[in-house]
Amino acid sequence: MSIASSARSTVEGVGQRAFEVCRDVGGIVLLAGAVLRRLFPPRIDSRELFQSLYKMGNMSLPIVCLTAFFVGGLMIIQAGIFVEKFSATSLVGWGAGYTIFRELGPVLIALMFSGRVGSNNTAELGTMTVTEQLDGLRALAIDPIEHLIVPRVVAMMVMLFALTVIGDFVAIAGGALVSMLLLGLEPQTFYYSLVDNLGWIDFVHGLVKAAAFGVAIALTSCYFGISVRGGAVGVGRSVNAAVVAAAVSILLLDFLLTTVLP
Amino acid sequence: MNWKRPVERVGGAAINRVKTGIGLFSILVQTLRGAIRGRRPKGEVVNQMYVIGNKSLLFVAVTMGFVGMVMVYQSCLQLGKITGDLSQVGPEFVKLLVQDFGPTITCLMLATRVGAGIAAEVGSMKVTEQVDALRMSGVTPVDYLIVPRFLAALVMTFVLCVFGCLVAYIAGGFTAWASFDVNPVTFFDVSRVDYLDVGLGTTKALLCGTAIPIISGFCGLRAQGSSEGVGWATTAAVIGSSLAVIVIAFIISSVGLFLIKAGF
Repeated sequence: MSIASSARSTVEGVGQRAFEVCRDVGGIVLLAGAVLRRLFPPRIDSRELFQSLYKMGNMSLPIVCLTAFFVGGLMIIQAGIFVEKFSATSLVGWGAGYTIFRELGPVLIALMFSGRVGSNNTAELGTMTVTEQLDGLRALAIDPIEHLIVPRVVAMMVMLFALTVIGDFVAIAGGALVSMLLLGLEPQTFYYSLVDNLGWIDFVHGLVKAAAFGVAIALTSCYFGISVRGGAVGVGRSVNAAVVAAAVSILLLDFLLTTVLP
Repeated sequence: MNWKRPVERVGGAAINRVKTGIGLFSILVQTLRGAIRGRRPKGEVVNQMYVIGNKSLLFVAVTMGFVGMVMVYQSCLQLGKITGDLSQVGPEFVKLLVQDFGPTITCLMLATRVGAGIAAEVGSMKVTEQVDALRMSGVTPVDYLIVPRFLAALVMTFVLCVFGCLVAYIAGGFTAWASFDVNPVTFFDVSRVDYLDVGLGTTKALLCGTAIPIISGFCGLRAQGSSEGVGWATTAAVIGSSLAVIVIAFIISSVGLFLIKAGF
């Protein structure tokens, strides 16, 4: 009896979890549709847009630069272990540049961006939801999606793109510095190894990914923000769910785009 | 006196940083002392291990699976263009995975999932004055709230890092076999992994397992106001613990590089 009931509750738990995931994915897709519909023709609240651009972009610059610097250094150290073994100094710049531009730069910057901007956005929208400010907007005949969400989605896409451009170069600079200090490699060798072996396509590959990650972070964080239930506890739980969903969608999109893009 | 403003702002920010650092360090010391002295609510560690470990299992499996697939796909693509010999991908991939990417990326994922969870939970307790109630009944909040989470996260981070490495390795091997026709027998070759790799990976996992609960618990205990304060605490926890993971990985990897140079 007890085994049967515990098995049943396990099945129930799995099913409930699956339903929750389906509901969240469906909600995000519907939100994406609602945002897209308001972008043609574009009706964006420009003040909210510029405020979001500043708050999301400029204010995350230090954290993105710090992350990018350490990621560049980390890549060089990993490459350095191979260099010590095979003494292939001419390949260090290429190896670091390839991984930073295509994979690690966009993905890690997006993860930090989701931690800083995405979770902040969920907390802000969630607080507005639990204090019934969204209902207040609706009562004033202001569309909350047009007024609050469309500017955030646009701002996150633009700013993650811009931050990835900056972050890629900071990571390369960090890599060059670490390779000079730890491996004793001339910056010129590093530079030529980078520019001789890499093309624009590697750089653009990462930037396309960054823009896609920006949209994904924006949609997940806005969805979990406006679907908060139940006070301060609910806001905390929602932020947690939003960062988890953003991380999963970043890595999933990364895999899909890697196989699709050249 | 307009020139004073920027100086004031920089100085204020610096003082805040130092204060935060001191607060963080004091929580760390209190937690370690509480963990050794061993007065904690019964069953709480096991409960937290379930919340931190088992509930993150699916998340870690999905993310690390994709990471393994992407890494193998990219390296096969590049190596295929240059040399065309893909037999070295597997052995070098598992070395890199054990030594760096496995623990680092798993811990980054846990920093978002577990860090946000701890900060949200402790922060909600703080703003609803449950933490003050604990203090009033003569219980130290750090002993009661942070120590069990610290012990549980320390064990579970290590376990999940091992699990994440396995998932990424298997997913990578599958990608290599399915997309590039690499024989699984040549791919799943762990003879290149030595004790130094395992040691570096383990050190990273354990240090991150210490850093994540302590930083997030500190951010949670510092929450103020209402739901907005909880949101801020969660953001700070995710950022702080992710950054700590990356810096720990950087430092331990440089130590590893010096050890290799010294001939280990």
